[in-house]
Amino acid sequence: MSYQVPKFRHPELPRNELGYTRADYEGSISTLCAGCGHDSISGSIVRACHELSLEPHKIAKLSGIGCSSKSPTYFLGKSHGFNSVHGRMPSVVTGAAMANRDLLYLGVSGDGDTASIGMGQFTHAIRRNLNMVYIVMNNGCYGLTKGQDSATADEGSASKKGDPNPFGAIDLPGLALQLGATFVARSFSGDKEQLVPLIKAAMSHRGFALIDVVSPCVTFNNNTASTKSYEFVREHAAATGTVDFVPMREEITTSYPPGQSQEVTMHDGSVLHLHKLSEELDPFCRSSAMMALERYRSSGQILTGLIYMDKDSRDLHEVLETSRRPLNTLAEEDLCPGDKVLQNINASLR
Amino acid sequence: MKSLEAVNEFVIKFANVNGTGSASANNLFAKALFRMGLPVSPKNIFPSNIQGLPTWYEVRVSEKGYLGRRGGVDIMVSVNPQSMPQDIKEVEPGGYFIYDDTKPLDLRLIRNDVNIIGLPLTRICNEQYDDPRQRQLFKNVIYVGALAALLDMDFAVLTQLVGDQFKGKEKLVLPNIHALELGHQYVKSNLQCPIGITVRASDQVGDKILLDGNTALGLGAIYGGATVAAWYPITPSTSVVDAFEKYAKRLRIDPGTGARNYAIVQAEDELAAMGMVIGASWNGARAFTATSGPGLSLMSEFLGLAYFAEIPTVLFDVQRAGPSTGMPTRTQQSDVLSAAYASHGDTKQVLLFPATPKECFDMGAASFDLAERLQTPIILMTDLDLGMNDNMSEPLHWDDERRYDRGKVLSAEDLDKIERYGRYLDVDGDAICYRTYPGTHPEKGAFFTRGTSRDEYAVYTERGEEYEKNMHRLMAKWETIKEYVPKPEVVRSKQATDTALLYYGTSEESSREAMDYLAEDGIHVNAMRVRAFPFNDEVEAFLHEHERVFVIEQNRDAQLRTLLMAEFELGPDKLKSVLCFDGTPISARNIRKQILMQMPGHNVTPLRRERVVGNGE
Repeated sequence: MSYQVPKFRHPELPRNELGYTRADYEGSISTLCAGCGHDSISGSIVRACHELSLEPHKIAKLSGIGCSSKSPTYFLGKSHGFNSVHGRMPSVVTGAAMANRDLLYLGVSGDGDTASIGMGQFTHAIRRNLNMVYIVMNNGCYGLTKGQDSATADEGSASKKGDPNPFGAIDLPGLALQLGATFVARSFSGDKEQLVPLIKAAMSHRGFALIDVVSPCVTFNNNTASTKSYEFVREHAAATGTVDFVPMREEITTSYPPGQSQEVTMHDGSVLHLHKLSEELDPFCRSSAMMALERYRSSGQILTGLIYMDKDSRDLHEVLETSRRPLNTLAEEDLCPGDKVLQNINASLR
Repeated sequence: MKSLEAVNEFVIKFANVNGTGSASANNLFAKALFRMGLPVSPKNIFPSNIQGLPTWYEVRVSEKGYLGRRGGVDIMVSVNPQSMPQDIKEVEPGGYFIYDDTKPLDLRLIRNDVNIIGLPLTRICNEQYDDPRQRQLFKNVIYVGALAALLDMDFAVLTQLVGDQFKGKEKLVLPNIHALELGHQYVKSNLQCPIGITVRASDQVGDKILLDGNTALGLGAIYGGATVAAWYPITPSTSVVDAFEKYAKRLRIDPGTGARNYAIVQAEDELAAMGMVIGASWNGARAFTATSGPGLSLMSEFLGLAYFAEIPTVLFDVQRAGPSTGMPTRTQQSDVLSAAYASHGDTKQVLLFPATPKECFDMGAASFDLAERLQTPIILMTDLDLGMNDNMSEPLHWDDERRYDRGKVLSAEDLDKIERYGRYLDVDGDAICYRTYPGTHPEKGAFFTRGTSRDEYAVYTERGEEYEKNMHRLMAKWETIKEYVPKPEVVRSKQATDTALLYYGTSEESSREAMDYLAEDGIHVNAMRVRAFPFNDEVEAFLHEHERVFVIEQNRDAQLRTLLMAEFELGPDKLKSVLCFDGTPISARNIRKQILMQMPGHNVTPLRRERVVGNGE
């Protein structure tokens, strides 16, 4: 069951440029387990959208099936949502994005939904550089069916069921990089300070933006032998650097010491500040990103933060040369060639 | 031996090797007859292969206007030694077997009841051309020239047609005309001509066109306002999207910006193709996909979502012989049941059954109106025979006054007038509810589309009574749908009769011809062509009106008959089956034979399915 969130809010909640408070970006009360990492991610999405002053109804949130895919009910209650078929969210977003290029598409998926049943669609959405934000709420297990290992569970990691996982993990950022993804990031549900600016940057990126968020499953996979528990991730996470996101409309006020910071202007005019960057990673170089990922993985650490970004990314609409006007706004006069043309076609068939 | 004699009424079949360019030459022959005013029905019977295997091309020529397969072959043009033993057997007694006599005919194949005509095709080519590819290509054109002499065709029609077909590639015109003349001259100087079967100009074509159903569907999608096409290549449906793209490139480019007013996405598989159609339709664009049997199987989970969540969806299913990979280049009507009840749970899908290219165009365009009006998948069921063969058809027409029916969609102004919006609230009593597109209104109209149970306001619920209420409404909508789908066509016998034929799609032409044969046998029948599922009330009334109804279809399991029995609770006594499932289009002679065998008083026991006897019985 989903419950409506009580409408009562403190009258002095901060309002964004559109006059909305954060409550305007919330959804129904979550029915996930208390302490679920997914709820923190939902919270980060709410905060990012509020701070970016996005119009809620210009966002479409889509998901597949699973605990992760239930979560779009719990944020952005004024946005249209689509809880589709297990593993098939990317295709539904592809169609939706073709129909109306003016909305922001936020896809939410899980590790089973993405790395197993939906692997094909995930890879092809990347390959097409579909303009969307793709958040994986990655807990290494199947929550709704009570805790089976998923394809992102690390080899040797054991869930509450107790048996160590005999198979190697599929690393989604690594796979995405290899497939040519134009924005790849990883974060941790418990680190909002990192996650919120990453979500904002992903939303400003033109093309496919993947954020793999490790999100512990408190019920089935938060035990000591698991590598996706809160404790393990806190101890083993290593950030690529710090990310600050300044929307286009805001003045840049923070100043960073020279030499330690990189400034990137996004496609929509907003600015991304990357600072305290690891010397081992150039996030604008794919091979550097791939090597850094592998280096951290082999040393038993989880690399988080912005891993790679292509500043000159071209999305699917640009590749297909579709009209600037959303296709769903075209009417008969734009679409139907009329009988005269048809009579010429008839003549060519005689 | 008595030779067959006919004017403008015959069946000719070409036996070729695939990948040698034969289909274009054979099509040239068929189109020339069409230009002479003769109704023709060419059928390409080809292998699932690119080069080297036997392929056939059968042309029915009928001044009387019969366009279905008749059965039997009057003239066989044998250009493929691989299939020669089989090909010569197919010729009707008194018919003509034309072969390449550069090598002598195997004596074991000779039939004394057939006219055997030799043409030294290979020898002529070897003398004329040095390039092996030219030898191969022009061999086909040479036999077309020879046929012109043998059948007493107007040679000028052929040369003019070559000129039209190679417009813009003038360098190809003269060599092709030369090849035609080589064949024509050889026959004139060396053989007795014409043979007993001849053609002469007629006026039975009028303003009709020669078009394949897939191209007509692609055009229907253009005229119907489709902007998003998502698909995965599969024979025999591929040319639907090919045609859509070809015409979109001409007709859908924004004149101001040069940008495209359409998007075509070649998906990673049919699941994704259907997901894209659903996503685009949910977001207010007109979208479609085209597939065949295996693709339909893959799409079925998504079709259940579209049914349950009530998302307009357009799917063109160009059927081929199944199950599994089956015979991928042969025709059947064998997806009827899997499409009608596609997906798990209680689902019923709307099917349309076009029979001609014109109907492919009309129903193809109408599919988008129906899908948006009825908020459910529309599955248009065509087949390889209609889709990939040139069919003679009424010309296409578009009423410029016609406006798209975008169905029940609320605008921001509409939403402002509503207290609380309910996506699944039956406001009008027709069980069709109001949609909103994403992005319409800042405060109102947003909802969660889902395949899980929900209440009238699209809020998730697991309450059984809410779920049941929704499922009942979907059945009430099914009743509404009956008023919107195309009505059946009825042909009444001049004599009162308690026997009827019922058919759909490409079985029409052969069935109509079989009716004439049956009348000659003294059996008069009424006929109905079903054009949609759910069956309209007229279908039920027609069934009740008759003692026995022969359901004619191109599959093994009598799928439409099963559907009729399930929907109307009719018994097998009333509904008899006439079936063809060998992968070729059903023929008129076959239909007649099967009906005669099942008529009362006929002393031949009909074929029955053998009862499976289990252990211990």
